[in-house]
Amino acid sequence: MKKYIDTGANDTRSGFGAGLTELGRTNPNVVALCADLIGSLKMNQFIKENPKRFFQVGIAEANMMGIAAGLTIGGKIPFTGTFANFSTGRVYDQIRQSIAYSGKNVKICASHAGVTLGEDGATHQILEDIGLMKMLPGMTVINTCDFNQTKAATLAIADHIGPVYLRFGRPKVPNFTPEKNSFKIGKGILLNEGSDVTIIATGHLVWESLKAAEGLFKKGISAEVINIHTIKPLDEEIIINSVSKTKAVVTAEEHNIYGGLGESVSRTLSVNLPSPQEFVGTNDTFGESGTPSQLMEKYGLSSKNIITKVEKVLKRK
Amino acid sequence: MTDILSLEAFVKQVRRDILRMVHKVNSGHPGGSLGCAEFLVALYSEIMEHNPEFNMNGEKEDLFFLSNGHISPVFYSVLARSGYFNINELNTFRLINSRLQGHPTTHEGLPGIRVASGSLGQGLSVAIGAALSKKINNDSKTVFVLMGDGELQEGQNWEALMFASAKGVDNLIATIDLNGKQIDGSTDDVLNLGSLKSKFESFGWKTLELEEGNNIELIISKINEAKSHLGNGVPIAILMKTEMGNGVDFMMHTHAWHGKAPNDDQLEIALAQNLETLGDY
Repeated sequence: MKKYIDTGANDTRSGFGAGLTELGRTNPNVVALCADLIGSLKMNQFIKENPKRFFQVGIAEANMMGIAAGLTIGGKIPFTGTFANFSTGRVYDQIRQSIAYSGKNVKICASHAGVTLGEDGATHQILEDIGLMKMLPGMTVINTCDFNQTKAATLAIADHIGPVYLRFGRPKVPNFTPEKNSFKIGKGILLNEGSDVTIIATGHLVWESLKAAEGLFKKGISAEVINIHTIKPLDEEIIINSVSKTKAVVTAEEHNIYGGLGESVSRTLSVNLPSPQEFVGTNDTFGESGTPSQLMEKYGLSSKNIITKVEKVLKRK
Repeated sequence: MTDILSLEAFVKQVRRDILRMVHKVNSGHPGGSLGCAEFLVALYSEIMEHNPEFNMNGEKEDLFFLSNGHISPVFYSVLARSGYFNINELNTFRLINSRLQGHPTTHEGLPGIRVASGSLGQGLSVAIGAALSKKINNDSKTVFVLMGDGELQEGQNWEALMFASAKGVDNLIATIDLNGKQIDGSTDDVLNLGSLKSKFESFGWKTLELEEGNNIELIISKINEAKSHLGNGVPIAILMKTEMGNGVDFMMHTHAWHGKAPNDDQLEIALAQNLETLGDY
């Protein structure tokens, strides 16, 4: 069992902020927009260093998406920043027409995704955003798992031509991926080799999956753990290679099981390699107020529930 | 300046294009298209410095965005006749595998189109973004946008209007096509827009009015007046009254031709009122 060390808890949104700051220094075409959530998105440093490349649009996300689309005309690479809920559901048609259908090089950067937003409750805890965004033709969808990966993803999407949805979160979470790792859009990462079951996880559930693999190891079950940070385009090869070996899969995500990573994995497997699969995710429900850890526990977004689902799927092999 | 007679001849040919395009596929939006023929011809023939060797970034040239995308027939006709693509392609309007989609899009790579439009209320925001891009690039050219009056019922416009004045987007001229009509009837009946002049002014826009938005000479002078206010720290709007269906007597003074094509007989009558000038496609 490969050991992963938490080098110090940090929030993924700070990884975004750090990446954006670096882009401000290295890529003169990068511009940023925010809808009254500068502090929450950790955009302060970029703004301080590049005041002329930042646009505060106020609480007007629809206008922000349109302005971002327009900024690409003239060669800018706009990064929009607001909560995941206001980055997607609130502005779906603006993204669909002015950005996705128009093929605009906009990076939609979304913090506070999922239930780990915590006490603000369900109005702010979107669990449907991956589904919404992956259905848009041409949209790249990324959900990062820790500070380092979020920073690396932020840098990588600036070099990618085309619209991107980058999803991250609010709470401090273990930081365990290598600091210097390059981020390859569309390439999954094999975190732990195993032979009995494949656990495919994205976002905050990656760390939970590693913890689950440790627990399973103690029970004599060998779990392969794959981090899928790019939900679209999906790295089908890494999934098929792994499941052809383990013959069983559990997917884990902080998202509704309807429309999320799990369904994308299902589609890939049903076409290529039909295999028993269990889903860790929220089950067609809204969230609620609570602390992030309470909510993760209550909605089954935990290593404990991953272990339960692994045991269930193994019986179906 | 190009002489007015030749611009009016251009307008007549554009009207023919619009009528023939929508007639052929028995769909599309002739009313609003005819109402804006003079404006689009004025922009592309007289006002804008633009390059038909199309480049998406449009640096060092004036840009135009069409927010009310359903009047695509007039946009396509003017673009084709300004050299962006061959006029024969107007034959493919709304047909399968065509670059001339029902509503304009960049998706099929049609030169001259910089953003998709059709779902209303989004064009002003995009135009503001393009104007900001020009400012960052120290590009002194101007961004133009045309919006319908009905689409001002969409809230996004008011976000954009507030933003443009608050942030001093003064390299932008927005024209509102005030034809007073929308699908379900007059704008007064559907959802009264109230005084747009006072609304725009209270949102901080330099707001000009054009009573005769189908008089190409007056359109040109009004846009030139608008241009004289560029760079003053405030965005500029032209409230332009037009007649839907202008140039075809039975299509005027009604909203019936918003989204309806003429039949064979009606086409014949309409074309007889607008004789060929530059040659049909």
